[in-house]
Amino acid sequence: MIITTSKPFEEVLKALEGEDKVFIVGCGSCATTCETGGEEQVAEMKAKLEAEGKTVTGTVVYEEVCHELNTKRKFRENKEAVEAADGFLVMCCGAGTQSVREATEKPVHPACNTVFLGNIQRHGHFVEKCSLCGECVLEDFGAICPVTRCHKGILNGPCGGTDEGKCETSKEKDCGWTLIYNQLEKMGKLDRFRKIYGLKNWQANMKPGRVIFEKKGEGGE
Amino acid sequence: MTVLIKEHAKPSIQEILEAGKFLVTGEIGPPKGTDIDEMIEHINLLKDKVHAMNITDNQSSVMRYPSLGTAILIKELGGEPNLQVTCRDRNRLAIEADLLFAYTRGIRSVLCLTGDSIPVGDHKEAKAVFDLESVQLLQIIRNMEEGRDSGGNELKGGVKFFKGAIVTPEAIPIEPQMLKFEKKIEAGAQWFQTQAVYDMDNFKRFMEKARKISDKVYICCGLVLLTSPGQIKYMNANVPGVFVPEALAREMEDAPKEERLATGIRIMARQIRQCIDEKLCDGVHIMAIGKESVVPKILEEAGVDITKM
Repeated sequence: MIITTSKPFEEVLKALEGEDKVFIVGCGSCATTCETGGEEQVAEMKAKLEAEGKTVTGTVVYEEVCHELNTKRKFRENKEAVEAADGFLVMCCGAGTQSVREATEKPVHPACNTVFLGNIQRHGHFVEKCSLCGECVLEDFGAICPVTRCHKGILNGPCGGTDEGKCETSKEKDCGWTLIYNQLEKMGKLDRFRKIYGLKNWQANMKPGRVIFEKKGEGGE
Repeated sequence: MTVLIKEHAKPSIQEILEAGKFLVTGEIGPPKGTDIDEMIEHINLLKDKVHAMNITDNQSSVMRYPSLGTAILIKELGGEPNLQVTCRDRNRLAIEADLLFAYTRGIRSVLCLTGDSIPVGDHKEAKAVFDLESVQLLQIIRNMEEGRDSGGNELKGGVKFFKGAIVTPEAIPIEPQMLKFEKKIEAGAQWFQTQAVYDMDNFKRFMEKARKISDKVYICCGLVLLTSPGQIKYMNANVPGVFVPEALAREMEDAPKEERLATGIRIMARQIRQCIDEKLCDGVHIMAIGKESVVPKILEEAGVDITKM
């Protein structure tokens, strides 16, 4: 799940300066769960923009705005409203927003901040447990990620800032290395803690990432 | 090979420890800015009173005059530096390059730290690096000593450092700390300075555990000067791995305002004396944090004169 938060409305309004006719795109996947770009939030945004004197030429909410072919298809389906718009407001993650970029030559504006790949703990509670490092080390650490859950991404044990199981950056956050230690101890695998981990290969998630599966077809449709 | 500084005014930390002497180190916190007059005063004041001086590296994630520059300044002034290197602000390339430079300028001792987190400092929006951490830094230095950088490339002239690391005796829980201590030794650490210790009974228990893990590495007890009841309350509440016991807190509270600094000096002098008399460890590291000018007084009260040790 890609976790997003809503940008302040004033920031959105400023970005739309000079564009009176707006088309709004929401996402039926992550942004719906985050309540930043689902049907309800898109309707709210429409009303707020109209109250500011804007014309909303159309809205669309569909699964996976990040799917570029899907997005282009949705734009074709909503041709009239899309063509009438001066610009597009995208209420989902940065990937979705850039999907819209591929589908139009007109201005595209993000309505959200994209914060992390998150786990849902309960309604409205999201935490980061994986930071997409490209070379998964979970096998060695009892399926608890030190790259993400240790603030410093340390691979060889807790720093001196650990305090009764909490991180030096916040008493609200668990020390990832205390979690790993407890897990490995429970599993009788503390020998894994003793192993020295060499330097991490950051080439494995070099930006921009690109993966092509040769045999799985193109475009997924 | 040309090493720019060949003549050392002082014996190295390694020489002191290997000779079986009790090591006394102090600490220099570089200023935020180019006015280094007061720091030079502190260096001149300490250089003959302690065996060596640590130089903090953007301590507490607060941007300051650099540790490497200060280490060279200490050499130029005739002192012995212990260069602190953290992994927060530099990636592996930058750290390796700094180490090459440090070696050619006569730096002989490096203290390897991961570094505090960015949000505790004064550049809260900065990007933290942490390409390496303390254990990996120790490993990198060992590789460089064997003539290779971390990319596996051959160096035209390697380095040689007395490799130091830190350990937190008052960390809760202590078990993961001890395992990491063990890993640091395996990665090449030859000596340790501890984070601030106040509870000497706990320190004794820590030393027993540490000696069981290795009787080859040298361990120096880190001591931070106490200056007021407020400071003690703050540290107990906010500084991880630091615990000032009730008895010490009371000793400070009972002191009249004008005698608080003198009380802090007395407490530290007593701790230094205990380390020496009870042969608890191989040395002490004195962190006066802004009150460097009282270090000679602390040593005098402890009856420690490095010229006679």
